[in-house]
Formats: sequence, structure tokens, C-alpha cells
Amino acid sequence: MEPINLRAHEDAFGRRINRGHSPALVYGVPWLSIMIGSLVPWLPVIAPAPVLPPLGFMLLIAWRFVRPGLLPLWAGLPLGLFDDLFSGQPLGSGILLFSLALLAIEGLEMRFPWRTFLLDWVAAALLLLLYLAAAALLSGAALTLVQLVVIVPQLLLSITAFPIIARMVGMLDRLRLMRLRRLG
Amino acid sequence: MALPANHGSGRLAPANKRARLGLFTGYLLAGLGALTGAALLIVSLLRPEAFAGLRSMASDLVAPAGEIGAAGRVGTRNVLEAIAGYYRAGSRNAELEREVRIARVKLAEARALERENARLRAVLKLAEGETRPVAAARLIGSTSTSARRFAYISAGRRDGVRPGMPVSSPLGLVGRVLEVGERASRVLLLTDSESMVPVRRATDDVVAFAEGRSDGSLRLRLINLGINPIKPGDVFVTSGAGGLFRPGVAVALAVEITRDGAIAQLLSNPAATDVVLVEPVWQPEAIAVIEAPRLAEAEADQAPGEEAPAPAPAPTPAVAPLPPAQD
Repeated sequence: MEPINLRAHEDAFGRRINRGHSPALVYGVPWLSIMIGSLVPWLPVIAPAPVLPPLGFMLLIAWRFVRPGLLPLWAGLPLGLFDDLFSGQPLGSGILLFSLALLAIEGLEMRFPWRTFLLDWVAAALLLLLYLAAAALLSGAALTLVQLVVIVPQLLLSITAFPIIARMVGMLDRLRLMRLRRLG
Repeated sequence: MALPANHGSGRLAPANKRARLGLFTGYLLAGLGALTGAALLIVSLLRPEAFAGLRSMASDLVAPAGEIGAAGRVGTRNVLEAIAGYYRAGSRNAELEREVRIARVKLAEARALERENARLRAVLKLAEGETRPVAAARLIGSTSTSARRFAYISAGRRDGVRPGMPVSSPLGLVGRVLEVGERASRVLLLTDSESMVPVRRATDDVVAFAEGRSDGSLRLRLINLGINPIKPGDVFVTSGAGGLFRPGVAVALAVEITRDGAIAQLLSNPAATDVVLVEPVWQPEAIAVIEAPRLAEAEADQAPGEEAPAPAPAPTPAVAPLPPAQD
């Protein structure tokens, strides 16, 4: 006789009997994680030059790649606004760039509905390049060669960090879909 | 990976009429969002102070968390220092070295002050009182992802901080206050490319402007062009021109000579600074200039290009060289 399989009623997100997804987690985790990513300037790091990757933006495109359709197309407006409040960029640059990035990914999705992570990574690298260059252009400071040179290490760091961010978003996605005990 | 789920966006247009409408609405909203962003961007580029209130409010909300983080930064470092001291007496050496560095800067400042004093006494017979700092605050964060260089400090209107006030550390000038919230303020660091400070060599009266280069160093531009007298290793202190910064505060150390000045290293690296002092604006005339930015802007509009680095006649202690606060 077969032993009773204790895991028969489980999947990757936990037991299924009497449990369900929590709407707060399902819809809250992506927004909250991107907003926390936008709070990078409040890390106790006083940088002499732009060094840290733009985490809010990276989390946004990572969520968009991992779960298409989870974030509405207009998500760039509120999330960009939140990013602008802290990033030091003039207000509006985040709104504009976040919205354009979401539209660009939408276009990419239409052109390549089936992709591997490699293509996602290349797309993310391209988006990051455009985002950092545009952010430097729109920063309101007179543009010098030094400024463009300074963003190169930041860009390389961001591109290298993207797979890690994507993996983190994968983990957050598991948290998002975790089944919780149903009350009542 | 990245299977387009059945969510209505992406892929081909769905056959369902309602879904198609939803898709269209999505694009419409996203496009409107981008346009809103562009409009706001234009407004804030033309009027940098436009959304200061919104930003200050946001900073106030997050400041407590940032402060804890900053305290953590200091705390962990102290712990590490203690451990290092336990393992090797060399840590004491490091501390002494730091003190010597401070002392060296202080010496340069003192010399500059002496000169300043002598000159003032000679010219004006003016007894100058000590400037008393308005507030002591922690540096709690900086815009480490943006091309602009701002920092946040943990003191605001509650503590008497006002826009325009200079911020300094024991090692030298850090920047000046740009926007003030209730308990946190935004500081324009010296290394920001929009920051400009009138400086002079600590040992004599070679005057220059120190501009930020946004890569952590400053660019010194001599006001009197001619033979470049700067040598690597020269310490530059604030000259007091413009009225914002009290004269004699250490700013930078020249490291590389250029055609019209030098590239200089910042003396008070904000990354190594925990606590900063906010000082009152040195001359009240400067306050008047700050409180009437409209006026300055109107003047700048009338004479475009006049307001920027402009080789202003150096010896006149006129108020002006500082451009209105940008962001």
C-alpha cells in the first residue's frame, strides 16, 4: 500500500486546503517593493558621485518582465512621482521616464512575445542605459563630459545587478502568492 | 520565461471588444502619464523651487527612518573601531592621523583667519563676534543614484534651519541648505555641478570660484586670469564674497593644475562625516537676495548669461556671485 503523501495538497505557495492568496499581498507587494527601491537615497551612504543603481526603476522593469500585466500601464505616473520626491531629479523626470519605459516594454512584448531571460537582460540593459543618460540630461545641471563619464560605472553596476534584482523579484513574487489561512 | 498571461495587454489585439477598449484605455492613460511627467518636468526645470513643499513633506515623513540608519552607520563603525583597536593598536594610530589631518586643516584655517582679522581690523576696526551654529545635525542620506548631488540632514525648520545657510563639518565646508522641511532639510553639496563657492588661497589673496564637478572633486576657476599661481597642495578657504559663507572655512586642496585654475579635492568628504553644523548666513544682505529670488531671476532674465560664473570684479565685497538656488 502506498504511504500517504503528506504533500499532496501543497504547491510552491503552500497548502491549498482552507487557504488562499491574500489580495493585500497579491497587489501590494509589487507596488511596495518598487517604492522601497525608490528610497535608496535615504540609505546612510553619502556618495561623492552617482554610484548606486536606480533600484526603483530596476524593480519596476523587473516586475514588468516577471509578471506582465500585473502593473497597469499607467503605473509609471504614481511610482515615478514617488521616485522623484527622493531621487534629487527635478520633479517629473521620473514620471516621464517610468511611463516611457513601461510603454517601451509593451512594444517589446508585442515584437517578441516569447523571450528568454537573456533577451530580457539585454532589454533591461538598454533601458538602463537610456534611463541613466536621460536622467543625467534632465537633471537640470549643465551637462559636462565629466557627468557622462561618471554614470558609466553606475550603468555597469546596474546592468550587472539586474539578474540579482530579477531573482529577488522572483522571490518576492513567491511571497506575493503565498497562501494564507482563510478566516471565516 | 515571461509568458504573456491572459491579461489583455501585450500580444495581438484581443478579439473581445471590451478587452480591446481596455487595452486602448491603458495606452491612453500611459501616454497621458508620460505627458504629465513631461509637463511637470518642464515646470520644475524652469522653476526649480516649484515643488519644494511636496519634497520637504516627503523628506519629513522618511527622516526618522533615515536617522536610525545614520545612527546605525555611526554605531557599527564605532563597534568595528573597537574591535580593530582590540586586535591591533594600529587603530589608535589611525585616530591620531585623523586628528593630525583635522589639525592641519585647522591650522590653515587659523592662518587664513589671522590674515582676515588683521585686514578687517586695519580697514574697518571691526570687532567680529564668533558665529554660533544654528543646529547640529546628522547627514542621513544623499541622492546616490542621481547625477545631482544633494544630501539630507536631520534638522529642519523646527531647529531654526533656513534655506541658504552654510553647512560645514569640522574638516570644512560641506554645502548649503536648499530646501527646509519641518525636521529634515535638503543640502546642495559642494560637488554638485550647480554649486559655486567663492574661495581664496589660505595663504594669500588668490581668489577663485570652486565649482562642483559631480564626480567628487571641485574645479577651481581663477577670477584674475593671467599666470596661474596655484600649486598642487594649496589649501583654499571661503573668501566671504557673496555674503553666504563666513570667510576662512576650509574648502578644498588643489591636486591638479589646469589652464584656468585647478582641480581640487574636497577637504570635508561628506562620506566620512557624521555630524555637521548648520551656520547662519554670514551677511544679512545675502539673506535678502535669497528671499527675493524672483528679483534675481528677473534681473537674470534681463541679462542672460550675466549671472553665471561671470568674472566679477574680485576685490569688491559685493553681494551677488552666487546664482539663485537651483535643483
